[in-house]
Amino acid sequence: MSNQPLVSIRDLKIGATTDAGRRVEIIRGVSFDIQPGEIVALIGESGSGKTTIALSLMGHTRTGCGIDAGTIRIDQHDVTAMSEAKRARIRGTEVSYVPQSAAAAFNPSQRIIDQVIEVTAIHKLLDRDAAEKKAVELFRALALPNPDTIGARYPHQVSGGQLQRLSAAMALIGDPKLVIFDEPTTALDVTTQIEVLRAFRSVMEKGGMAGVYVSHDLAVVAQIADRIIVLKSGEIQEEGTAQQILDAPTHPYTRELLAAFEPVPHVPLDVPQDASRQPILEVRNLSAGYGPVRNGEPAAKILKDINFRLQPGKNLGVIGESGSGKSTLARAISGILPPYQGEVVVNGVVQEPSLAQRSKEQLRHAQIVFQLPDTALNPAQPIGAILARPLRFYHNMRGAACEARVIELLDMVQLPAALRHRLPGELSGGQKQRVNLARALAADPKLILCDEITSALDTVVGAAIIELLKELQRELELSYMFISHDLSTVEAICDDVLVMYKGEVVEALPAARMSEDARHPYSRLLVSSVPKLDTGWLAGLEQDPELIARFANR
Amino acid sequence: MKPTTSPFRFMSPRQMGYSFNWVGRIGLAVIVFWALVAIFGPMLQPYSPGEIVDWDYFGPMTHQYLLGTDYLGRDVLSRILMGARYTVGIALVSVFLACAGGVVLGMVAAVIGGWFDMILSRLLDAFNGIPSLLFGLVVVAAVGSSIPVLVMTLAAIYLPGAYRFARALAVNVNTMDFVTVARARGEKTPYLILREIFPNILGPVLADLGLRFVFIVLVLSGLSFLGLGVQPPYADWGALVRENIGALSFGAPAIIFPSVAIASLTISVNMFIDNLPTKIRDRS
Repeated sequence: MSNQPLVSIRDLKIGATTDAGRRVEIIRGVSFDIQPGEIVALIGESGSGKTTIALSLMGHTRTGCGIDAGTIRIDQHDVTAMSEAKRARIRGTEVSYVPQSAAAAFNPSQRIIDQVIEVTAIHKLLDRDAAEKKAVELFRALALPNPDTIGARYPHQVSGGQLQRLSAAMALIGDPKLVIFDEPTTALDVTTQIEVLRAFRSVMEKGGMAGVYVSHDLAVVAQIADRIIVLKSGEIQEEGTAQQILDAPTHPYTRELLAAFEPVPHVPLDVPQDASRQPILEVRNLSAGYGPVRNGEPAAKILKDINFRLQPGKNLGVIGESGSGKSTLARAISGILPPYQGEVVVNGVVQEPSLAQRSKEQLRHAQIVFQLPDTALNPAQPIGAILARPLRFYHNMRGAACEARVIELLDMVQLPAALRHRLPGELSGGQKQRVNLARALAADPKLILCDEITSALDTVVGAAIIELLKELQRELELSYMFISHDLSTVEAICDDVLVMYKGEVVEALPAARMSEDARHPYSRLLVSSVPKLDTGWLAGLEQDPELIARFANR
Repeated sequence: MKPTTSPFRFMSPRQMGYSFNWVGRIGLAVIVFWALVAIFGPMLQPYSPGEIVDWDYFGPMTHQYLLGTDYLGRDVLSRILMGARYTVGIALVSVFLACAGGVVLGMVAAVIGGWFDMILSRLLDAFNGIPSLLFGLVVVAAVGSSIPVLVMTLAAIYLPGAYRFARALAVNVNTMDFVTVARARGEKTPYLILREIFPNILGPVLADLGLRFVFIVLVLSGLSFLGLGVQPPYADWGALVRENIGALSFGAPAIIFPSVAIASLTISVNMFIDNLPTKIRDRS
């Protein structure tokens, strides 16, 4: 029996019932095996069915979905044929799950240790003392700080990266044979991600457990998986070892995924640059914050003394991790959050601090596009009305002229004109983000502030948006301020980059030479933390532990 | 059922997602019935509602007097038909006043925020603390009972609740990015509340409107029962119950049918709003 794979899935079909009562197939006949001790990655875009497959390994499907056909076998257990009570018995002991958002998976009102050892109590595996001892061992193996006492804390008292590792401890405590990781590092900062990935890898290697790693990020998967399965709309496109998928992909879709990962080098727009030309955006000594204002200063100061210039036709990237103040910078420039010190100069005109004081014409020049396409469009208005409003507001355009311009705008963002009759809920994420851009363009702006506009999108869709931005820039001589936590997208579109850390600009770099020119220790750490498409990258990565201790908020 | 593929689809309510279940339909049917009665009732009255037609009081149901006679020997059917106009009419006007006022103020408070929100909220909270029947009693006792006074009193009683409800919903919508975008565009408060926020809170607000209508019918009936509502010789359903309270011990139709009228209206409104079409209910 030594040659038998640990897990085998044969011709799995999972269907779901839509709101309209129609039955749709989500997973269409997927088959694969997992050998003992092997980590298999499921990779694909949103909607490809990767999480659905991973959950089905526990015999679980989301509400409204159901396993229609096929078999799932884990070790001796035929998961598909089991009763729900029996399935509950293997969860935690044979197969366990590490969720995407550890913060949502922990109960905020219970101590961590109680939640971690809950599995042993449910399955009556160990008594409490032994379970706690084992939990502490796991904490140590996962390189958590203060392993002896961290369990006594509440979930909000540890950082996001630590919580993610603690949720792995929760999954591992029942000694499962198979661990399912569902995008466990997607919500983490890059510098944090490295430590979490390292901890996962070492603990899986030591325990000899098999794993399923669900992710959309090829570079992350390359560090941890032995084998990669590429999925698209519920079907396997390609299956192979990690090395083979990265080096010699055979399926065109895999190549497309890899191509989206390789940044297309940014060709700067050919505009006459001389010192006499007015910058499109200049920020001087800008400080902003939130909370009640006392003596002209808010209680929580976020931005401290920001200075930079952006020449017309150029793009400025702003990078930094969560909490670095990059979104606050965009809000302060656009006037949504009035800065308490310093000034913002757009096209040579000093802007009033708050929105109410700025004129329509001032507001028109700088438009902002937000991260989440779902919340940035009014769900009750059709696309046509959403785009027509700025036309009417800024240009007093009405009737047929307005309609024609709406169609033109949709064409500029490469959407069909018929889309204007639809509601935002009927569009895909990429389409919504294009409509967002079109709405900004409707104002005929000179500057567009892009706040993480590709972060919520799939890699391929995001890459297409970047291409669109470049094309629009060539046609309309726009300038972008491009905020992102993803260095490769910034590299793909920006001329210069500001590195932000805790509300301050620590360094300004040319985008093309970020890794070579970075001098400040934090920018060096950030640049070196971005995963590369190379299976040996994490193992070979050496970072100064002192730097990490200083800057990474783990 | 095959979905139509033509680009010009004529969608039935079911396909648009506006269909709803049988409980809701029954509720709607009863509401429509009472609405028609309120409009056309006076034409259908077999007798004048104030006319004493029978020497017997609390008479039984006969062919001549379909729902019996009341404590003065008046025809109960005619009086219920007349009462429908008062009960439904006063309740409808008050509920629209209360909800319109409350929702507009709630949205304005959510959009403007700060001190304006704080003062308005505390003020209406304090007002909300006064028991509704007691407030009605005091106002009617002080100003005297007339239909405009009743409408204004009932609207005033239920405005703070509508305000609270709408404000809570509007605060959530107000933090969404699309409202921030509209603000950054330079839009003013009227546009923000009318176009960006109101359509997104409409579903719950409609449900709240129905619920509040029920409360108003009950308070109005309560006021009339206490003798402070619609004054004789006219009567709404609450007043009919009060007039004929003596019939309780005989189990005469004169007290049963006004009570049934109140119950059927309030319960059917509840049934209808609990089963609103999903597309309206789940809008936000």
